[in-house]
Amino acid sequence: MHIVVCIKQVPDSAQIRVHPVTNTIMRQGVPTIINPYDLFALEAALALRDQLGGSVTVLCMGPPMAEDSLRRALTYGADRAVLLTDRYFAGSDTLATSFALSAAIARIGETFGTVDIVFTGKQTIDGDTAQVGPGIAKRLDLNQLTYVSRIAGIDAEAREVTVERRAEGGVQVLKTALPVLITMLEGTNEIRRGSLGDALRAARADVTVWNAADAGIDDLLKCGLRGSPTVVKKVFAPSARAEKAEMVANDGQSSAQDADALIAAILNRNPALDADLRRLSAGF
Amino acid sequence: MNEERFDAIVVGAGPSGNAAAYTMAKAGLKVLQLERGEYPGSKNVQGAILYADALEKVIPDFREDAPLERHVIEQRIWMLDDTSYVGMHHRSENFNEERPNRYTIIRAQFDKWFSRRVREAGATLLCETTVTDLVRDLKGKVIGVRTDRGGAIVHADVVIMAEGVNGLVGQRAGLRPELKPEAVALAVKEMHFLPQEMIEQRFNLKGDEGVVIEIMGTVTDGMTGTAFIYTNKESLSVGIGCMVSDFAENETTPYALLEAFKNHPSVKPLLEGSEIKEYAAHLIPEGGYRHIPELFGDGWMIVGDAGHFVNAVHREGSNLAMTTGRVAAETVIRLKQLRSDFSKADLALYRKTLDESFVIKDMKKYKDIPNFLHGNAANVFGTYPRLINEAAQRWFRVDGVAKREKEREIIASFRKGRGLRGLIGDAFKLARAWR
Repeated sequence: MHIVVCIKQVPDSAQIRVHPVTNTIMRQGVPTIINPYDLFALEAALALRDQLGGSVTVLCMGPPMAEDSLRRALTYGADRAVLLTDRYFAGSDTLATSFALSAAIARIGETFGTVDIVFTGKQTIDGDTAQVGPGIAKRLDLNQLTYVSRIAGIDAEAREVTVERRAEGGVQVLKTALPVLITMLEGTNEIRRGSLGDALRAARADVTVWNAADAGIDDLLKCGLRGSPTVVKKVFAPSARAEKAEMVANDGQSSAQDADALIAAILNRNPALDADLRRLSAGF
Repeated sequence: MNEERFDAIVVGAGPSGNAAAYTMAKAGLKVLQLERGEYPGSKNVQGAILYADALEKVIPDFREDAPLERHVIEQRIWMLDDTSYVGMHHRSENFNEERPNRYTIIRAQFDKWFSRRVREAGATLLCETTVTDLVRDLKGKVIGVRTDRGGAIVHADVVIMAEGVNGLVGQRAGLRPELKPEAVALAVKEMHFLPQEMIEQRFNLKGDEGVVIEIMGTVTDGMTGTAFIYTNKESLSVGIGCMVSDFAENETTPYALLEAFKNHPSVKPLLEGSEIKEYAAHLIPEGGYRHIPELFGDGWMIVGDAGHFVNAVHREGSNLAMTTGRVAAETVIRLKQLRSDFSKADLALYRKTLDESFVIKDMKKYKDIPNFLHGNAANVFGTYPRLINEAAQRWFRVDGVAKREKEREIIASFRKGRGLRGLIGDAFKLARAWR
């Protein structure tokens, strides 16, 4: 089983700030991390490899410094890492990114063995579009399973995979044939801690670095800014919602009376909640 | 995997560990460096002043690409009471030299740079990897380490412990005693951001020139400790620290002291308008020579803060860390050439080299200072700063009192404040401790 996991290096959004004047994201000095959703994808891939054998290749498109993220993925236990980097890729939107990644995945298949499963995270935390995974599936003509919360089972003989997909109002159980692209949701697994052997291997491994030509891309017009029809019209930091606070006075009463006053104030402003609670309490 | 052997394992990626790993890797040794933090420097805090000499002996051309803030051209030492200070300032154009002697640095950036140089020299660095145990052979010789990444053992001829002030690995392995509260200081610091021009104006600087201020006095509330203000390019490092035992005894907190310090009338104008970007705290081993643990044994050496190498009087630490790291590394290189088995007898060369260097000589010189201060903190950090500031004010105020009369008043105030016997006793004790 050869599994490719697409990861992205993103700024740690917990530490990001928006420039007060220009409204642009201040990336300088902000630590980078692997997009958190991608880690659920990576763990799912590693677990499948452990179960069935084979190998996991991590692929990342980004500037040269994205090598750090790939090395980290190797520390977790991935078998090989490919960095797709070229100045022609700069400014890529989701269309151009999925074009470049698709070409690289095809080349990975030719170089390291036929790809059975491609994993991505549900979305990135910096772009939040959730478009790149489906874009890759379409271009490579893979079956696609999005918003997967769990790999329920895999039958290597029959080349079929069964997954649980979170949908509004419930969970769908879906089965499809390999090769497949799966975008993973958060929270159903936890990235492992790599062994000392993995960490040592990762520290010294060579990350394969491909430019556009190495990845077999000759139509550079489909890459980077030129291949990106998305136009950013405006960037802004949403202002804090101005909701009026209501003070509930403490008139030296007992704390039970204070609590009653507080609850009354809350229910007063939330009639729906009030109705729900009344309905529920009617059963007791 | 368990079969992999290294010439040396270095535990920790601070100044001492980096100096050791760099020196050995540069000499062609196979070095593994293990760091528990997410990246090198993530656990490290310092004022911070870089003493060029110690780093130059490890990386002679460090000035070419190391992230340095300002070179120090002026040293101020202040003795504070509640409203004033008496200071000694030394500023010299001679410090604007081609290879300046001291720099202010920001450790997060500096450690990243240092670690990159270590890896470029050929050492293998693993972060987020905590050494849990030293592994010994049947004779008790350390032959490798175990980490929190599974049970695998990594073998090495020698393990250099550069694990910092807490020395947990050494402690767990029974190589050193637990830290005592009276032997460690707890220091807190803030980074205050100010525009470059404002720093240059406030401190009378141009270009990359910098000022450092070391401060003692009533601001530590009668406890053994000091405060500091260092100028970086676009920020001031402002901090204060006292012995942990003092904090416990006085039931005060470091941040309460820092708040009071920042509001001192001599300090406040320097910080005016600044934006606080970072807050950090760290332990400093300030027990002095008497608290230096056993530094070597069969298959192991201890360097840096883990070896209690801090000269509290001169505010030196990182230079001692780099020097001990380098000397330990040079010991390994030398012994490797001699095909040593890295026994305790052979590693004694490390201690011998340190004994002959400024490191142990300085540590020995001030071996009695911690005890002197501990017994006299209320006077040294309270009574005397108050008396000296009062004396200065009396002396400089022009108020129609005859100078002879002023002298008499000053002497009387000292006799009243500390008593004749106290004055003589303190002078005697200090002279003896300083010797």
